[in-house]
Amino acid sequence: MSTLTAAQPGKAPRHRGWVLPIAAVALWWLASNQGWSQSGLLVSPEKVAITAWEQVSSAQFWRAIFASLARNLSGFFIGTTLGLMLGCLLGFSRLFERLVGPSFNTFKQISLFAWIPLISVWFGLGDVAKVVFLSLAALVPVVVNTCDGLRNVSPALLEVAKVYGFTRWQTIIGVMLPAALPSIFTGIYLALVYSWLATIGAEYLLVSGDGIGNTLIDGSEHFMMDLVLFGMVIIGLVGWGLNLIARHFERRMQRLYGITPR
Amino acid sequence: MTRAIATSVDQQQVPAKTLAPVKRLPAAPVRPARRVPVAARPWANWQSTTFSSALPWLLPLTLLGLWYIGSERGWLSEQVLPPPAIVFQTLSDLVSTGDLWLNASASLTRVLVGFLIGSGLGIVLGLAMGLSKVVEDYLLPTFNALVQIPVLGWMPFALLLFGIGEPLKYVLIAHAALVPVTLCTLQAFHQVPKRLLEVGRAYGFSQRQIVTDIVLPSAIAPIFTGLRLGFTKAWLSLVVVELLASSEGLGYLIAYGRQLFQLDLVMAAVVVVGTVGLLIDRGFEYVERRLNKGRVVTAGKLP
Repeated sequence: MSTLTAAQPGKAPRHRGWVLPIAAVALWWLASNQGWSQSGLLVSPEKVAITAWEQVSSAQFWRAIFASLARNLSGFFIGTTLGLMLGCLLGFSRLFERLVGPSFNTFKQISLFAWIPLISVWFGLGDVAKVVFLSLAALVPVVVNTCDGLRNVSPALLEVAKVYGFTRWQTIIGVMLPAALPSIFTGIYLALVYSWLATIGAEYLLVSGDGIGNTLIDGSEHFMMDLVLFGMVIIGLVGWGLNLIARHFERRMQRLYGITPR
Repeated sequence: MTRAIATSVDQQQVPAKTLAPVKRLPAAPVRPARRVPVAARPWANWQSTTFSSALPWLLPLTLLGLWYIGSERGWLSEQVLPPPAIVFQTLSDLVSTGDLWLNASASLTRVLVGFLIGSGLGIVLGLAMGLSKVVEDYLLPTFNALVQIPVLGWMPFALLLFGIGEPLKYVLIAHAALVPVTLCTLQAFHQVPKRLLEVGRAYGFSQRQIVTDIVLPSAIAPIFTGLRLGFTKAWLSLVVVELLASSEGLGYLIAYGRQLFQLDLVMAAVVVVGTVGLLIDRGFEYVERRLNKGRVVTAGKLP
């Protein structure tokens, strides 16, 4: 999804982008200081800032963040590795595609989070269940994009390889994989986005242990709006950071293989 | 890039005399004349037989058979994996008692209302940003920043604001649908083929004509892609929202079954969720294909 947002170059006056958020924060500040609402949910920006500082300087918060990230990354790596293997099999072998493809396409339609109750019964509520779920979340986009990339290699390139008398192995290494690389990266990138989303979801639904999702749920249960807002910002920031890292790697790999960015 | 390579190779082949070594390749006629090398395997004949049409069923049937035998022989306890017959029984019970219809219609209403609100707003937002650079400059950075927080991140916040009633579901589902629809609409405006715009300008089109005759027709198909994505997201978040906070709906059935450790109920509900999602997605895919077919005529396949 966020790949779409990257397309716009920022030529325009940059200050315009700041108008809306600053106005919103000013309005929020006014609303809470003037007491426009008696609801305890309208916390002031200062309170949120104080909570944020308390959280950042507490060990508990960092433990939660690292627990979430560790889960996220292990699920991501397992899911991506399995996804690459499955995607390559589906992309290279027609027979395998006939065998497994339709089942997989049906399987991926089932809403991801519907698996959580089953997973929780089979694997418990602990880290194992979460990592299994995260791998599942990361697996699907990688498989789909790897298979698509390999299937959509331009026939012209394949013909060239044939004309030069490439063996099948040479064709795969020298032609098909590099040509499919952008698509494969899109899959991995999506997997990173999905697995972070799934991390939060898993921590909501499989409540046990530390995690940033649990922090948020706690805040929500105790009507602590400041904690909830802080947690949301953290989730957004971590997602954004993961995005940046993924895009950086994507660009480096593309340069390595001499592929012009899309 | 791929095209560039292909054409340059074609041009190289024009002076045929210099390429004598290539002609000496003896193996070429032996190979099957198929263009796609993967299909040209010795077992290529399986493709034409009825056997090949049965292949996709092999895996699910094997799994089903294993599941059946496994539960028959008691490899796994019934609490962990109920036998397929019981799941089927539960499913037909759900249908005959009308529970299924009650919950499915609750879910479908939610997802439809949320999706309509979200995609309507998304199209308006995308149109506004796509048509006016000023609006885009003001809105897009904030929008991009807010998009970084996934729907699930908003959930505790929305829970506090709206309670666990119907509005919560509508808001979250609408939000889930809004994001892809807005981004795809905006993207559609940015991706209008440059050549078409130049043609319009060459013919002295007014700004309005350019928008109505060139930009909008070529944007319809991508916008529809956004709608399809938006619906997928809406369906996904519906399940999450119902799992976490609801007293009816398909997601609630799943959560309820899990609480009672009735895995047969969970599985039956998962099957229903999957089937409904699949059907809706197929419907969207069909319309999308029709639209894209029309697109070749209207907008041309100009890069």
